[in-house]
Amino acid sequence: MSEPSLAVIGAGPAGLAATLAAAARGIRVTLIDSAPEAGGQFYRQPAPGLGARRPQALHHQWRTWERLRDRLRTHVRAGTVRHLTDHHVWFVERRGAARLTVHALTGPEQAEAAEVHADAVLLATGGYEKVLPFPGWTLPGVVTAGGAQAMLKGGLVLPGRTAVVAGTGPLLLPVATGLAAAGATVAALVDSADPAAFVRRSRALAARPDKVVEGAGYAGRLLRHRVRTFLHHTVVAAHGAERLEAVTVAALDRNGRVRPDTRRRLDCDTLAVGHGMLPHTDLADALGCRVDGTAVHVDDEQRTDVPGVWAAGETTGIGGSALSLAEGHIAGRSIAARLAGRTPDPASWAAAARTRERLRAFFAAVDSVYAPPAHWAEQVTDETVVCRCEEVPAGAVREAVRELGAGDLRTVKLLTRAGMGWCQGRVCGPGVAGIAGCEQSAGRRPFARPVPLGVLARAGESEESA
Amino acid sequence: MNPLDLVRAEPGPAFTVTLDGREVEALPGQTVAAALWTAGVTSWRTTRGEGRPRGIFCGIGVCFDCLVTVNDRPNQRACLVPLRPGDAIRTQEGTGHDE
Ligand SMILES: Cc1cc2nc3c(=O)[nH]c(=O)nc-3n(C[C@H](O)[C@H](O)[C@H](O)COP(=O)(O)OP(=O)(O)OC[C@H]3O[C@@H](n4cnc5c(N)ncnc54)[C@H](O)[C@@H]3O)c2cc1C
Ligand code: FES
Repeated sequence: MSEPSLAVIGAGPAGLAATLAAAARGIRVTLIDSAPEAGGQFYRQPAPGLGARRPQALHHQWRTWERLRDRLRTHVRAGTVRHLTDHHVWFVERRGAARLTVHALTGPEQAEAAEVHADAVLLATGGYEKVLPFPGWTLPGVVTAGGAQAMLKGGLVLPGRTAVVAGTGPLLLPVATGLAAAGATVAALVDSADPAAFVRRSRALAARPDKVVEGAGYAGRLLRHRVRTFLHHTVVAAHGAERLEAVTVAALDRNGRVRPDTRRRLDCDTLAVGHGMLPHTDLADALGCRVDGTAVHVDDEQRTDVPGVWAAGETTGIGGSALSLAEGHIAGRSIAARLAGRTPDPASWAAAARTRERLRAFFAAVDSVYAPPAHWAEQVTDETVVCRCEEVPAGAVREAVRELGAGDLRTVKLLTRAGMGWCQGRVCGPGVAGIAGCEQSAGRRPFARPVPLGVLARAGESEESA
Repeated sequence: MNPLDLVRAEPGPAFTVTLDGREVEALPGQTVAAALWTAGVTSWRTTRGEGRPRGIFCGIGVCFDCLVTVNDRPNQRACLVPLRPGDAIRTQEGTGHDE
């Protein structure tokens, strides 16, 4: 009988840690990622053709990345890990009792089908940025904060010359300092969070002195690059005809409402904006895994409630790269033991479990501090497009609720087409929910990627092979 | 300072692609979006309904705002597709299928 096999989907911190932990324990691992290089969002690498000799200038925790990268290379050379790049997974299915099949698209047109069969699957697909709508957010020049970071780290390009970084959440800090270091003028960092709230949550912060130091480091860099910081402020609108020319920001009152007398206009050609992150849950959804709110549910071993399927990293909740590493490490060890027919001993990952516990508590505190302004939807005019793909204006969503009685996202979607376009509601979900005044649920999407019909038609035909 | 200097990049030789017939320079490994941004282009399609300009939004393949026609294949995500010498990029109107 051949050794047990694991398919890891996602080569970010979580997927890499799991791959290395499982491979070191005799599991054959296939690591699958849509990107051309390993690293995920945090360790995103410039394309090799760009010949970056000091890519670490755009990175934190470079030593950790070097260790992960070198160990991955060693395993790939030894044949214990197979690394499939440029593979977009659109579906994972269970065939028969024990085997799982991962379906991916590959090739320049993403029209060639590839299948990987495995005894276990780890979902480590990370998350993506949440952006709430505001007038002007569809103008070219308005990008997500993480998107600006991804284009910078991966393509070594800046979105423009003068940037405003705005929204809320811990990601805004590395983005503002990254853009400034790479030569952009960062006119302002605008965060709607109230720093005083941090003080009130000092217990969770005190548990992570390293995070406080990290924050102080960013503060120093902001100062050095002369980035003005507006706290407890929000972006009210983006202005421009064919592309972004300026933004209006304003202060928030104690209830999270815009104070109109404080509006000010800032000239810029780039707005990097984000209101937090959302987990990728589509593959888990299609497998029938339990999803709590917007995150995949896992137990202490990082197992989902579907046999043979584990999940780690931001798929299971947003918490940064260190938490993703810890979860991946635990998942890899758990999988190795379970596939060998043993019950794993949690004592063997006690250090990672402590890190996981502390970081989850820390990010729960971060989450409650970095909540978008309570009354953000009041700033969204009826004409503002909320669903970017289908160009549904906020007025249509409000009408669906008011006149037609829509009370949940699904009904709003059916009545307005919001969420029915290319992105399948990934981008507009939180915005539409907020404007409609209903709960945001994880969208049920049949597939994680658009799939050519020919590939779909042939997907069931292959023989069960290794 | 620019990003290439910051990481002390020594890219392979630049090559040309075209955007609606006009020559644009690209560096090896760059995606369609990265090359267009470098050339100062920030929008390369118009929406189906209102004909509004769009370019990059999420930067990681999630939002589908950056759709573009590459070598006669419409609806490619510019933030994901790496360029090769001689590629012909065309701005895209609506669904990309109505020409
Ligand atoms: C655009 C963006 C930029 C970010 N930049 C930073 C930053 O600079 N600093 C910071 O501290 N945090 C950053 N973050 C936060 C970041 O998500 C976490 O810190 C960390 O990377 C999470 O690790 P992970 O392993 O869970 O997932 P990720 O690192 O997100 O890795 C997930 C991997 O899965 C792959 N994937 C997803 N879906 C599929 C699929 N269907 N098929 C195949 N492959 C798939 C992706 O290509 C990716 O490589 C960023 C987040 C985003 C969205
Ligand atoms: S910018 Fe979002 S898919 Fe390309």
